[in-house]
Amino acid sequence: MNQAYEVSHLLAGAMLVTSFALLYQERIAAVLNAFAAQSITLALSVAWAAWSDNRPDLFITALIALTLKGIVIPVALHRTVARLGIHREVEKVVGVGVALMVGLALTGLAQALVVKVATGTASHAREELALALAIVLLGFLMMIVRRNAVTQVVGFMSMENGLILAATGARGMPLVVEVSVAFSVLISLFVFAVFVFRIRERFDTVDLEALDRMRGDSR
Amino acid sequence: MSGVALGALAVAAFLAALTRGPALALVYPVSALAAITLGVVDLRVLLTGADVAARLPIGLPGIGLHLRLDSLSAFFGIVINGGVLAASVYGMGFDRAKELTPRVEPLFPLFAAAMNLVVIADDAYAFLFSWELMSLASWALVVARHTDPESRRAAHLYLVMAAIGTAALLFAFGGLAGPAGGYAFDTVRAHPPQPMVAALVLVAALIGCGSKGGLIPLHAWLPLAHPAAPSHVSALMSGVMTKVAIYGFVRIAFDLLGPPVWWWALPPIILGAMTAVLGLLYAVLDRDLKRVLAYSTIENVGVIFVALGLALAFSANGQPEGAAVAMAAALLHVLNHSWFKSLLFLGAGAVLHATGRRDLDGLGGLIHRMPRTAAFFLVGALAISALPPLNGFVSEWLLFQAVIAAPALPQAALHFASPAIGAMLALAAALAAACFVRVYGTAFLGRPRSAEAAGAHEVPLAQQLAMGGLALLCILGGLMGSVLAVALAPVLDQLVGGGLPGTDSGPTLFSLVAFDPARSVYDAPIIALFVAIASLTTLVVVHRLSERRTRRGPAWDCGFPDPSPATQYTASSFAQPLRRVYGAVAFTARETVEMPAPGDTRPARFSVVVVDHLWRAFYAAPGRAVLGLSERLNVLQFLTIRRYLVLMFAALIILLSIAAVMT
Amino acid sequence: MTRDLLVQLLAQGAQMSFVLLIAPLAVGVVRRVKARLMRRQGPPLLQAYLDLAKLLRKESVVAESASWLFRSAPYLIFALTWVAAALVPSFASGLMFNWAADVVALVALLGAARALLALAGMDVGTSFGGIGSSREMMIATLAEPAMMLIVLTLAIAAGTTRLAGVADFFIAEPFAVRVSLALSLIALIIVALAENARIPVDNPATHLELTMVHEAMVLEYSGRHLALIEAASHLKLVLYLSLLICLFAPFGMAPATAGLYGWAIGLVAWIAKLLGSAALLGVWEVSIAKMRVFRLPDFVGIAFVFGFLAILLAFLTRGVLA
Repeated sequence: MNQAYEVSHLLAGAMLVTSFALLYQERIAAVLNAFAAQSITLALSVAWAAWSDNRPDLFITALIALTLKGIVIPVALHRTVARLGIHREVEKVVGVGVALMVGLALTGLAQALVVKVATGTASHAREELALALAIVLLGFLMMIVRRNAVTQVVGFMSMENGLILAATGARGMPLVVEVSVAFSVLISLFVFAVFVFRIRERFDTVDLEALDRMRGDSR
Repeated sequence: MSGVALGALAVAAFLAALTRGPALALVYPVSALAAITLGVVDLRVLLTGADVAARLPIGLPGIGLHLRLDSLSAFFGIVINGGVLAASVYGMGFDRAKELTPRVEPLFPLFAAAMNLVVIADDAYAFLFSWELMSLASWALVVARHTDPESRRAAHLYLVMAAIGTAALLFAFGGLAGPAGGYAFDTVRAHPPQPMVAALVLVAALIGCGSKGGLIPLHAWLPLAHPAAPSHVSALMSGVMTKVAIYGFVRIAFDLLGPPVWWWALPPIILGAMTAVLGLLYAVLDRDLKRVLAYSTIENVGVIFVALGLALAFSANGQPEGAAVAMAAALLHVLNHSWFKSLLFLGAGAVLHATGRRDLDGLGGLIHRMPRTAAFFLVGALAISALPPLNGFVSEWLLFQAVIAAPALPQAALHFASPAIGAMLALAAALAAACFVRVYGTAFLGRPRSAEAAGAHEVPLAQQLAMGGLALLCILGGLMGSVLAVALAPVLDQLVGGGLPGTDSGPTLFSLVAFDPARSVYDAPIIALFVAIASLTTLVVVHRLSERRTRRGPAWDCGFPDPSPATQYTASSFAQPLRRVYGAVAFTARETVEMPAPGDTRPARFSVVVVDHLWRAFYAAPGRAVLGLSERLNVLQFLTIRRYLVLMFAALIILLSIAAVMT
Repeated sequence: MTRDLLVQLLAQGAQMSFVLLIAPLAVGVVRRVKARLMRRQGPPLLQAYLDLAKLLRKESVVAESASWLFRSAPYLIFALTWVAAALVPSFASGLMFNWAADVVALVALLGAARALLALAGMDVGTSFGGIGSSREMMIATLAEPAMMLIVLTLAIAAGTTRLAGVADFFIAEPFAVRVSLALSLIALIIVALAENARIPVDNPATHLELTMVHEAMVLEYSGRHLALIEAASHLKLVLYLSLLICLFAPFGMAPATAGLYGWAIGLVAWIAKLLGSAALLGVWEVSIAKMRVFRLPDFVGIAFVFGFLAILLAFLTRGVLA
């Protein structure tokens, strides 16, 4: 029991570290690789939960996470980036240092909040929940502080990863829900990719600030 | 009460010395003697624990002036009188004909006496009276060189900030006295205020005492005013007056307010940590020797407030050992800082006296011209950078131990803040080392950058003696840190109800133990002994084994001999990496180079823009708002008689309505 | 009783000597591994000893504008670093004087050595010294907060800041994989790279202005002074490697009460681990390039972030939260 908890904690912590790595990167290729690493770690974490808690349906979740989010989506996005010739550097709203500091503060906030709110649950479930909440918040932070549409997609999907981590801690998430979630992710990816392609075609850039100006709203 | 009597004598005798001439030269010896006497009295009270109290019939009718010398007052009295003694001995080295003026000398003992009075005041009236006397005396000393517009500006800002501080303290004491109006401290201790009122009193005390000490955002006057005064007065202002401000906060927060609540710890900790880091960032970018020292004072005051906040946090959670460690760190830092900051300011005064220059980029190579001053300044610089085995490290070590114990506090805000605080304190320590390597390296090492620096001479014996005495205290304070910590036991007991483990609990007689010996020990004499043995052994062995000769030759120059000392690193060059890394965040510092087009013969321009956001937000903007408001309200000067009558009538009706509604 | 005391004293003296004697060998291992990986022969393993001996035999040339600080600093720097290195438990924890300083004091002793070196760099009044000093102090301001966070994590885990206490705690605890400790390990490795002027922070093998931090400060030194400074930097490397071993891989270290046999095993284990980690350092240095100076805040900032995360995760597992 103790050892199982240690390993799951290790994997959840590794996912948190990859979320920070997502904030730190300056090139789109590195961002996509970090996202792939996060999804693979998620898959491992879910698989371990499946094995140690004896819930075989989670193996399928792990497999979906691994194939879709760990392999298919990053490769597809790599190809999209290459084909559209999107600018390789990620434009930043705030510097790396400030983003990392805010990330640390969000992690502390997530911890403090979970302890306040989830007083009834067992302590190891509470800790996984805190880490998962932190990952969700960091994904959101990434969507805010990066100006590139591709990184927005990645941030959104890393929020998904956090939600799945939280859900594995909960008692029995049915397979149907998982499959539908996976499909919705896939579809949203296609939508985003098409959207991004169209924007790029039309405006020659996917920089959100520039797009904002072209929208014609006064600033 | 002989000490008090002598102090009063010092004041009286030298208010009479407003005459010019030979009487002025007596000021410093008499001040030194008075300081020694007062210090001895304070020491006796501290070591024996016997309080001394008195009530004088002067002052407010029916209340009088209460005075009390308890162990807290005695400790701060020792700090004050040590500083006054050093400054007086320094002053005895002044050239009687050329350097003594009736603008400065008569005010010096007044300033010293006022500071002593603040710590022995036992009621609100005595406290505020002495506080204002201290502010006004130091203001007069700041404005002594009134022909210099910088001094005038500094004095003006100082007066405004001092007025704000005193107003805040008035409010604080009013809150403590309560509706019954019991201003004597004994009455206040017997009736602690309500929680809401206590919170307001704490904030007001933080504003009042913090502004005098230089806590951000009320700090802007300090780096202007402290350098403008004569150097030994700057030493007193930075080294001692800021400690009187801290005494005020300690007295109010730990003694008069009653049992603390946990969140009281947050404002001093947060403001203190920000002050520590920002103060040094300012210091590292500044190019005036005395202003750098003043900014460094701000940093140390911030560190002391962090320690006080931690003591409040531990106290509120019923952990007296932790509170004792934090409070011991604060009090030892008060003592240590007064010693090394006074030493550094006296050294700066010596440099100013010898070269006539204060800007770092005009100095250099002074270690060859002023060897003893350079040696003493080195001790001060190493001590303030908190490097073992000097005294700065003792208080820093205790503070780090308190921070390391802080994660055990139950409140979420406190234990999440503790790693952030620890990181900021470590950053402050590293920045302090960087700052003082910069100052010492630019001013004393290297080659002289100006003719004045090349022609410097050593200062008179009395001034060397003052600096040497303080340097010796820094070294002894570092080695005997545990003895000092144990001597603080009565003060710690009075303030937080706990104490550090005694000298017999550690492995040797001089080891400093925080919490308990299995947890953390720092034994300065053993380490110093080891370092001494190691260096002597190395010296002997190397001289045996190696070639003993040393040849002098020119410095390495890559084949391009450069006789000009202008090519060596200046103060702003040294600061450039720090400016680039930290200044970009804190001050939006930008470097720009304008290169002329090819063929254009004008020189390239390199400019650095540093924006002081705190000044803009807290001083310039409210200043403009106040001025704008007063412009609008100026119309009140020019109303007709009928309109004035309307105003009076309206005020009367409003007050009558309030009375009708409320009762 | 006195025989016991004498044995303890001898053991302490032995530790101080071992640390000093093995430092050049560790540096030799690093250089040899680097050379071999670059398909060069590389210098012999004992080359660092020969270099020190050569420098001791040579005359010391001191610049005309140098002061007594310049000439006396190497002795103090060497002594401070040697005492600090002798305080880290190597083959046994709880030796006679190990209690005199804890991790905080250890870091401060190294800081004192660094401040003296920076001052010596400024002493001659050339721009090389200034470059080295200013960059070194900037890197120190980046590394010290991360180091403080690591110390805090260890103190939360072990309940003490005494190195012997921390080592005993990690020997006693079953080998548990903990995220917070893993993160502090990475943070400490980064801090150690920064403090020892290793790639990617600084290149110890070159004298180019662009890549100099430590080498710029000591550019003016020669002869016996340079020998002492080189020895001090070797000692600092051994100190950090020893610290990493003591905190994160302490198996084989003799506890405080062991006898001669336990100490012998501890000594062999320590030497093996030290030389092994020196070899790993060599591999690392070959695999990565040196960073631009103003990218260093990002790099050392990783140590800070990991250190902070380690503390947050330590709070999580310790159940410190109410």
